[in-house]
Amino acid sequence: MRIKEHPILSFDVDEMINFTYNGKALQGLKGDTIASALHANGIKKLSESIHLKRPRGFYCAIGNCASCNMVVDGVPNIRTCITPLKEGMVVENQVGKGRVYGT
Amino acid sequence: MEHKEVVIIGAGPAGLKAAKSLLDAGAHVTIIDRNKKLGGQLTKQTHKFFGSEKQFASFRGIDILELLVQDLGRYAERLNILNETSVVGLYKDKVLSCVKHDRYFKIKAKRIIMATGASEKHLPFENNDLPGIYAAGAVQTLMNEYGVKPGHKVLMVGSGNIGLIVSYQLMQAGVQVVALVEAASSISGYLVHASKIKRLGVDILTRTTIKKALGTDQVEKVVIWDVDDTWQGIKRTERTLHVDTVCISVGLAPLTELLMQVGAEVTYVRELGGNVPIINPYYETTVKGVYACGDALGIEEASSAMVEGALTGMFVAEDLGYTLEESTQKIKALKSELTFLRSGPHAEKIRTGYMKVGVKT
Ligand SMILES: Cc1cc2nc3c(=O)[nH]c(=O)nc-3n(C[C@H](O)[C@H](O)[C@H](O)COP(=O)(O)OP(=O)(O)OC[C@H]3O[C@@H](n4cnc5c(N)ncnc54)[C@H](O)[C@@H]3O)c2cc1C
Ligand code: FES
Repeated sequence: MRIKEHPILSFDVDEMINFTYNGKALQGLKGDTIASALHANGIKKLSESIHLKRPRGFYCAIGNCASCNMVVDGVPNIRTCITPLKEGMVVENQVGKGRVYGT
Repeated sequence: MEHKEVVIIGAGPAGLKAAKSLLDAGAHVTIIDRNKKLGGQLTKQTHKFFGSEKQFASFRGIDILELLVQDLGRYAERLNILNETSVVGLYKDKVLSCVKHDRYFKIKAKRIIMATGASEKHLPFENNDLPGIYAAGAVQTLMNEYGVKPGHKVLMVGSGNIGLIVSYQLMQAGVQVVALVEAASSISGYLVHASKIKRLGVDILTRTTIKKALGTDQVEKVVIWDVDDTWQGIKRTERTLHVDTVCISVGLAPLTELLMQVGAEVTYVRELGGNVPIINPYYETTVKGVYACGDALGIEEASSAMVEGALTGMFVAEDLGYTLEESTQKIKALKSELTFLRSGPHAEKIRTGYMKVGVKT
């Protein structure tokens, strides 16, 4: 779901970034956040609500609302909409509140 | 703990302009923003701005941003930029707690300027939490900053300028806007923006709203219906639209949580978008040394945010004991610029709002 042609902007980045999502190998582009890379791969569901386990996607995309929280490299509650994607990142759907280091 | 002279939270138009005034005066400035790129809302605004000539009307937001950042370039040695950093706590002794990646640290500042901008509101309806239902500004970020489409077919909810502009930008990105619904009986944004999307074939349905979204893991369909004068849905007017994305554009609310945390007095003003801080004529909140400007004071525009930022920066510089060249004239000119920006009929709401909190417009 990348924009190919645009009358004002140009998106001619071709540097790939490899990461995994729930164990599956995926690719994003340089400049992506985790959420934008997932969305470009057609993945809209990022987590589940804590009690009713309803699917959650992003909402604000600027770090305000926590709707996009995921587990990244083992750390829960990462706002994936403002976290730049990095080579080798391990991204997973978050279940519940997430476990903090050592608990 | 690091000690700083002035910390500005938020690198949108208000924060960047405040920084410029302070740097001009000789102060040391730290700007904190949770995003990687500076510019706040401007980073995604590819359309040409309305507003006044002095505040870059007819420039694109992204180009205004370039100019604002360039303006700070020559002050590199007195300017400290902490991007990808969220301020998560603000205390009475002007200590800020910040998080950058997995590092947590504190900063103590002599003066703090809150230029945190706003957050987009949501709307209550059945299944409004399904993935695929996004704030309109979020979709604008996804497309214009990251080059990713939100989906293939969109329902836009709300006909304010943001709803109209983002509809147009969706089409520029090659996404179909199936319809735009508005509960009120007329379009609330500027006619120029509305005409543009109407010409491209978007149905603008007034007196209509979204009833519910349907889908399992993401939006697959929506049901819209007509509303009466009190915005209640009318039975048997329901119809289903096949869309995979819903954009919600029903207004913004000032981001004032940190101000509430530090104990600054805030009050609810509908016309300004929600809870807003009480300020004195120098943009200082009821907590001494903590100032606020831009959308954090009330939802307005980038043009007024820039003027308020410039003014706030000057007042803080004076408060810190810096003497500014021709400050009286400059302040007077900026104030009359603000009055001009808030003079038209479209700014009636803003004027009423500020009157309620005792701010002269
Ligand atoms: C689609 C759209 C179209 C628009 N068109 C126009 C137009 O044509 N003309 C016009 O004049 N205006 C326009 N506006 C309005 C304009 O963009 C805003 O009024 C303006 O950006 C407000 O500036 P600001 O500096 O107050 O806040 P913002 O630009 O919102 O910046 C606030 C910054 O603070 C940061 N921040 C917030 N909280 C924290 C925290 N706790 N820690 C760290 N950082 C934080 C945010 O990440 C953000 O970068 C438009 C807005 C939208 C959404
Ligand atoms: S979508 Fe709101 S914080 Fe990420």
